[in-house]
Amino acid sequence: MDWFLDPLQYSFIIQALLAAVIVGVVCSVLGTFVVLRGMAFFGDALAHTILPGVVIAFLLGWPLAVGALIFGVLTAVGIGVLTERGDLKEDTAIGVVFAGFFALGVAMLSMSDSYTVDLAHFLFGNLLGVTQADLWTTAVLGAIVLITIFLFYKEFLVISFDPVLAVTLRLPITFLRYLLLILIAVTIVVSLQVVGIALMLAMFVTPAATASLLTRRLPTMMVVSASIGAFSGVAGVYASYYLNVASGPAVVLIATTIFLLVFLFAPGRGYVWGKLV
Amino acid sequence: MTEMVKQIKRRGVSHEPGLPTLEMKHVSVAYAAGANDVTSARSTQYAVEDVTFRVGAGERIAIVGPNGAGKSTLLKLIVGTLKPSQGEIDIFGHGPDGHICIAYVPQRSQIDWSFPVTVEDVVMMGRAGQIGFFRWPRRADWQVVKACLARVNATHLAKKQIGELSGGQQQRVFIARALAQEAELLLLDEPLTGLDIPSQDAIFEVLESLRPDGVTVVVSTHDLNMAAERFDRVMLINRKVVALGEGTAVLTTENLMTAYGGHMHVVGDDMLLADTCCDHGEENQ
Repeated sequence: MDWFLDPLQYSFIIQALLAAVIVGVVCSVLGTFVVLRGMAFFGDALAHTILPGVVIAFLLGWPLAVGALIFGVLTAVGIGVLTERGDLKEDTAIGVVFAGFFALGVAMLSMSDSYTVDLAHFLFGNLLGVTQADLWTTAVLGAIVLITIFLFYKEFLVISFDPVLAVTLRLPITFLRYLLLILIAVTIVVSLQVVGIALMLAMFVTPAATASLLTRRLPTMMVVSASIGAFSGVAGVYASYYLNVASGPAVVLIATTIFLLVFLFAPGRGYVWGKLV
Repeated sequence: MTEMVKQIKRRGVSHEPGLPTLEMKHVSVAYAAGANDVTSARSTQYAVEDVTFRVGAGERIAIVGPNGAGKSTLLKLIVGTLKPSQGEIDIFGHGPDGHICIAYVPQRSQIDWSFPVTVEDVVMMGRAGQIGFFRWPRRADWQVVKACLARVNATHLAKKQIGELSGGQQQRVFIARALAQEAELLLLDEPLTGLDIPSQDAIFEVLESLRPDGVTVVVSTHDLNMAAERFDRVMLINRKVVALGEGTAVLTTENLMTAYGGHMHVVGDDMLLADTCCDHGEENQ
């Protein structure tokens, strides 16, 4: 047990572990909707397009969440406007906005003196640098995301499964879509320090995809996905501590390993199972 | 009083007594964007053109016609996902927008059957409007779901993931969802496609059992015999309404020639339709 307890004598490790668990849970729960609605590319784009907002907030000393949210909403609206006329496909519009905003963010950051260190932290996270204040922001924003999902669960389920039913039930579809986008933007902010922009997508998609191979109902899928996310977070911190690898990639690699194991060996649905029967 | 206000809110817009369940007046839908432009009216292409009809409470109507004739378009207009370029659609005296009494059973090809929901989850989705925001289903809602599944003989399927069902079972589950929605106007898009005869019979049995409740049923189908035998009235369309009335009166050789044109061949006294496929048609895309 020493290997487990040893790192816990450092407060920065405890803070990193708590942050990793919160982010693992929040990302993986919201990730089930990202996976079911086929929004992976959009989620990846949003993670990149918030960079200019984060950089502006960082340079001006504002809370990073504010800048990120502004650019998150700008992205969603921008993509909406570009596709409205019908002569640009949505993934094309996402691609244009994605690359443009990301370049803007990197360009702005390159004007700061500590360019390379800052960029690395934004891109790949800085889990071991989580402060007490960061932890509070993460916990509060994470709780808001989970509570919102809980409150709008049945509406999100309907618009994801059968949009026409949502029309006949006269649900406020546009509002619900934007709400989901805002939740994704908030979650990205929450996760920035843990995995960083470049690997954000993995936290949304990988645990949820793993859970989808193991479950048949959305609530169970969310619980399994959250467990995988939390476990990957904790295991990632330990791997980072003992193997001296960057924490963000460590978290993601563990989530990916779990996915591969499930993909190969899941009872009834795994690849190996299919070959045996 | 407050109870009534709640009722109206829950039921969507109020229903004017004495008005037909569904009425379309001179409804047209133009194809391309900009087609509403008056100056280019002469070259406008229509998906449906100048459609006028009314349907009374409890009636069951089959819409038949070749691929691309506008069957799905008509259903989308009634649901409200598509707005007409011209004309007026009234459901109990109001446009489709405010109603939560319209239920739509989609073509089976339009549903992701691997979605992680069970049969009872799907039926419960129909209750989302009644339950209202910020609330979770209560015991009464689960009882409604149970009763609806019992009405379509699917009680034993409640806990199954929807991908484990046969085609006929899938249709019946979606009809149960419409019942849970407390629908008064039930629209089914190609519900019989790909089903064997016993499964089709089971669906008709369920639809028949709704008649005493005054539920109006509008079905699009490729099966002309079925339309003529099982429905009160048949609407034959090819963009425009070719004929509307009792099956035998509508499905005459002359009318069918008008609607199907080159896709139909008359061999002696028998007619052959070369156009009866469904699941790959351009309407489904």
